[in-house]
Amino acid sequence: MFEAVLLTVITAATPLLIAALGELVVERSGVLNLGVEGMMIMGAVVGFAIANLTGSGALGVIAAIGAGMAMSALFGFLVLVLVANQVATGLALTILGLGLSGMIGEAFIGVPGLRLPELYIPGLSDIPFIGPVFFQQDAIVYLGFALVIAVTYVLFRTRAGLILRSVGDNHGSAHALGYSVIKIRFMAVLFGGACAGLAGAYMSLAYTPQWVENMTAGRGWIALALVVFASWLPLRVVIGAYLFGAVSVLNLHAQALGLGIPSQFLSSLPYIATIAVLVLISANRRLTLVNTPACLGKPFVPDR
Amino acid sequence: MEQQNRSEKDTLLDARGLTKRFGDILANDTVDIRLNKGEIHALLGENGAGKSTLVKMFYGSLEPDAGEIWWDGRRVDIGNPAAARDLGIGMVFQHFSLFEALTVVENIALALPKPGNMRDLAARIAEVSKDYGLPLNPADIVADLPVGIRQRIEIVRCLLQEPRLIIMDEPTSVLTPQEADQLFLTLQRLASEGCAVLYISHRLEEVQRICHHATILRHGKVVDECDPAQETAASLASKMVGAEVIAVNAAKKTEVGAERLVLKSLSAKASTPFATALTNISLELKAGEVVAIAGVAGNGQGELFDAVSGEMPVAPDMIALDGKPCGSKSVTWRRKQNAAFVPEERLGHGAVPGMKLSENIVLTRHSTGDSLVGNGFVSERQAGELEQRIKQKYDVRMSHDDPEARSLSGGNLQKFVVGRELDRRPGVLVVNQPTWGVDAGAAALIRQALIDLARSGSAVLVISQDLDEIFEIADRIAVISRGHLSDAEPAAGMTRERVGLLMAGGAEAQGEVA
Repeated sequence: MFEAVLLTVITAATPLLIAALGELVVERSGVLNLGVEGMMIMGAVVGFAIANLTGSGALGVIAAIGAGMAMSALFGFLVLVLVANQVATGLALTILGLGLSGMIGEAFIGVPGLRLPELYIPGLSDIPFIGPVFFQQDAIVYLGFALVIAVTYVLFRTRAGLILRSVGDNHGSAHALGYSVIKIRFMAVLFGGACAGLAGAYMSLAYTPQWVENMTAGRGWIALALVVFASWLPLRVVIGAYLFGAVSVLNLHAQALGLGIPSQFLSSLPYIATIAVLVLISANRRLTLVNTPACLGKPFVPDR
Repeated sequence: MEQQNRSEKDTLLDARGLTKRFGDILANDTVDIRLNKGEIHALLGENGAGKSTLVKMFYGSLEPDAGEIWWDGRRVDIGNPAAARDLGIGMVFQHFSLFEALTVVENIALALPKPGNMRDLAARIAEVSKDYGLPLNPADIVADLPVGIRQRIEIVRCLLQEPRLIIMDEPTSVLTPQEADQLFLTLQRLASEGCAVLYISHRLEEVQRICHHATILRHGKVVDECDPAQETAASLASKMVGAEVIAVNAAKKTEVGAERLVLKSLSAKASTPFATALTNISLELKAGEVVAIAGVAGNGQGELFDAVSGEMPVAPDMIALDGKPCGSKSVTWRRKQNAAFVPEERLGHGAVPGMKLSENIVLTRHSTGDSLVGNGFVSERQAGELEQRIKQKYDVRMSHDDPEARSLSGGNLQKFVVGRELDRRPGVLVVNQPTWGVDAGAAALIRQALIDLARSGSAVLVISQDLDEIFEIADRIAVISRGHLSDAEPAAGMTRERVGLLMAGGAEAQGEVA
């Protein structure tokens, strides 16, 4: 029983983890992309469609990443090149993604899906309890963990990461030192789009292998909240993602066990938890302020 | 032009006919300037004379529209800051070029093309900074460091690039006199090693003290070159302004009257990690006098202003206006008590950028008996008349009538926000940095108006980082350091050295004893 619960927690947490990691990198560069939900749902529908048409899960995943990046490129062009308002553009991106995905996905409603294979690692996968939980997962779960390590390493141990953080902290100074603020931010935005697309693919190819309209169901928004929850630190994103994953799984199990709690209340639990955690986090202002990218959401126009 | 003793063969940078245009404004008009090796070269001019534009072209952050730059006998195009650094041009910026959330070593690594391993770089920083008498701890986070240390980071960052020319934009505006002396020693050592220094400053005394040569800009043109040691501060100032600068007449104070503003053991916790806590501040401000608070930026000036103006409420007894406790009262309540406040940041805090001047007048004077608001409606006619009056009295220049606040130049907007409050003839006026970034002529006008207001029976509290200004207008001087305020002492008995010692922490020690 516990093993099964843990397995479902991992599956519930993975899309949150990946999407939030991408958004964390975007926000560290000083850009606020509220369109995570829209990029994610586009990843879900394109991933499902391509996997279904080609019969290849891998192609589906790659197409989903491409779809997320295409959406983020549109966002990046609007807010970085044309200096449009980031909040409004991000909201518009979400609305666009939800609408467009519904249109693309119409043909795929009710079509049986394709599930990404679980990778079997000889030896490790046979360990009782640990094996099934940690070493019989699909590739995206492993990729999620690899991303946590990679993002942490790049952000805090490499020059590229230092430059990215400097652009988010003070774009004026970074420009004065000769760094191309717009180019660096564009790359970060594309990475965020790729992650959101991948998270979307996980939804439609592993979590529930089918296409249902609006199937991301607000997970993009939770991913956004997670970034703040984690005070822009990748390792805390892991904690947050698993916390939120656990709350949503608890919801399912509570319903299955027939507890006398209205399912609507249980469905709203992750969102209530988001609000509660945001309130708690903002009480510690020093922690939040020191890690918050100071230029977050501020438009940059070079004075040339 | 005094050129004879500057040899051509020592030329490092030679700019010929540099021109840069922003829209209708010619920021630099065929500027010629020649910098020699081993020379500390002053670049002088009023605000808006084009100094920053010129050095930005040398540093590659702006492209000239016309003209040539010759570097060490060869024509160069400095397309971006990286190209400037490759040539050996380093720049110490006036403000905000550090990354507050990053450590000292990370900040420096960002400016170096090949920083190498962070641990080695940290060791090199510790070594070079100590060698030049500017010690730094490479692991400190910039947000936790005071302004003087932050400037050290910028200088050490420049030194590690092994520059041949260092450009310094108003480096001493944030330093105590003692820190400035240390900086001058460093500059003199660099010059003796053959490095050229281009030095921008408004402080003519220090230019006379350390610079070998000066180029003076006015309205984007080079109007004169001279050896500053052969000039007086007054003659340099008149070359910059193009006319004699009127001296402020600080007619001896007649008689001080009743206490009008009293701060009693004012304390407040820091509201953010970057703010300063106020500790046990006491001050009595009497009718008829100007009291100035000196101090290096970021030592609690902003927090003190917020407490006095009512933006940050404190315990009721900590502040009294004309005998009435008001520590917890609103800004409007205090304004109705005939107090007026001018914050440091004029655009965004002192005035709403997107609103017309007349609307900005309504924002601070809606309940102070100017009949600007009647039955809940704003009287545009009254506001317009006030706007005209302030414009004429305080010489606010504008391109058309009643423009938006953001369209005014910094100096003109400062005249407006100070004039708006002075026009009320307030009983208590608190003003933070009254002439920050304002040219000599306008500064004299504002300072004179502050003195005149005090002499007419009001009490004036000036918070300033400009010691020249403080000694010019203050009757008594107090010094703020890390949120502690020293006793206000008569200006006649104060010296710069004493103020400097108090700035560097003496005020704190005194506050703790008291």
